[in-house]
Amino acid sequence: MTALAWVTGIVYLGAATCFVVGLHQMRTPSTARRGNLISASGMAAAIVITAIVLLIGGEGDWIGWTALVGGLAVGGIFGAVRARTVKMTDVPQLISLFNAVGGGAAAAVAIADFLHRTAGIIVPLAASIPIVLDVLIGAVTLSGSLIAAGKLQGTIPGRAIQFRGARLVNLIVVGIAVVAGVLTILLPHNPALLLALLVAALAFGVLMVLPIGGADAPVVVSLLNAFTGLAVAMAGFVIGNQAMIIAGGLVGAAGTILTLQMAAAMNRSVLSILLGGFGAVAPTGPVIEGPGSANVRAVDADDVGIQLAYAQHVMFVPGYGLAAGQAQHELADLAKVLTDHGIDVKYAIHPVAGRMPGHMNVLLAEANVPYSQMLQLDDANAAFPGCDIALVVGANDVTNPAARRSGNPVSGMPILDVDQAKAVVVIKRSMSPGYAGIANDLYSDPKTGMLFADAKKGLADITAAVKQYLTT
Amino acid sequence: MTDTLFTDLAIFVLALLVGFEVIGKIPSALHTPMMSGANAIHGVVVAGAIAITAFANSPVGYVLTAIAAALAAANVVGGYVVTDRMLRMFDRPKVDAKATNSTENHS
Repeated sequence: MTALAWVTGIVYLGAATCFVVGLHQMRTPSTARRGNLISASGMAAAIVITAIVLLIGGEGDWIGWTALVGGLAVGGIFGAVRARTVKMTDVPQLISLFNAVGGGAAAAVAIADFLHRTAGIIVPLAASIPIVLDVLIGAVTLSGSLIAAGKLQGTIPGRAIQFRGARLVNLIVVGIAVVAGVLTILLPHNPALLLALLVAALAFGVLMVLPIGGADAPVVVSLLNAFTGLAVAMAGFVIGNQAMIIAGGLVGAAGTILTLQMAAAMNRSVLSILLGGFGAVAPTGPVIEGPGSANVRAVDADDVGIQLAYAQHVMFVPGYGLAAGQAQHELADLAKVLTDHGIDVKYAIHPVAGRMPGHMNVLLAEANVPYSQMLQLDDANAAFPGCDIALVVGANDVTNPAARRSGNPVSGMPILDVDQAKAVVVIKRSMSPGYAGIANDLYSDPKTGMLFADAKKGLADITAAVKQYLTT
Repeated sequence: MTDTLFTDLAIFVLALLVGFEVIGKIPSALHTPMMSGANAIHGVVVAGAIAITAFANSPVGYVLTAIAAALAAANVVGGYVVTDRMLRMFDRPKVDAKATNSTENHS
């Protein structure tokens, strides 16, 4: 080993340590930011040493260097601007976009390495297998993540998009990818085969994500995050870069765990979400009307204001509707009015509240809600019986007591026991069912009052009403 | 199987195991920033973009270098910046929370 190789190896090892320590520090909010900075400094060191090695070796010509530096500048500026300007509600699609570009970059690295090899000679298995896997996974991630980002952003319809013969098309595309991949590994170097693999993988990414409903899109984003990690690890095998192998493996594991946890919190299996995308999805059945949608008690903001003003313990239950309506600031305003008058306010946060796991916590943190007021599922459920009033804003299926019974789509799903609170108010625009397509028993509970309003407006009205009763 | 490949495979598998171990302990409240942080980490593919510059000597090679560099840079820079933005919000001092908790009665 040369001295330079030693230094590189040590720096890569240090970078890998930074990645692990950085992720480890994300366990608590007080150390999380430092963790991210540690991870970033490891990254900077790994990138700089890679460039130094290349410079010292005098490799690459001036056009290549110009392409590299130009590309880095364009991409870096684009990434920084998007990251600085993105609204917190839009973070899930930005993460998806970064997955796409990461996967695309990994695929480009493998393609460049492949093309560099001599035509007509068999590529050794140690290189050809990771090249094929990298191009396959990277390309699927690139196109699939772009579609997922589009669905989250709303530029592509969020509903499951299906067409006649989708299954056949899927089979053909997968067939082409498999054949092209295997032939690339077995036959002498042939760029046409790799191109076929690339195109088929890109098409498959689109076909895989298009039929997946918008509500499942976050699970897919997480899965594609794992894919990007694996693609980057494969690229590491291709060019023999251990920093990429380690980082890719870490991210692959992270994405996999998160995907499983997310699917469990939604009462779905990852397989059923994905297979749903392969043409086997059940047509959304007719909306099952609840036993008593006629028994629903409507209330107005003034009623809710009185209830809140005379409560001692209040629990807010924010959900997807709050995120979609960007009403987190209005909710925090209401909480401030209440806490200023000595009323205890907590937030019950379901693991998948918002548009991806933990997203609600980010939105509330943005609205200055203290971390200590955000209760996770178990803590929240322990606290509900002691609550005078639970205010549900934009959460539906995750509050449905029907989950405790068997024989319906939400059976067994981990829910927030909102019905255990002494009184419940739900802010909702209409009685329309949530993603599971069933009526929410909570709404017909005698102690529940329904405030039919848009989240933002409903909360503002309640805050105004509460102020009336509290300032006197 | 060469020694290098075996070493690389061992490293890869161990990295996966470390990933499972570390991530499993992160509370769901921090899952979004964690995913975003992990997202930034796969931006290490920038190293790959730099590496392929070494043998880029044709128009296709240059284009691939530029594409890989641009995509990877967007990933790594954007990923870390947006994660930091989120975590900065969690890290803010929450002074008024403590102040209001001590107030006992209302109206």
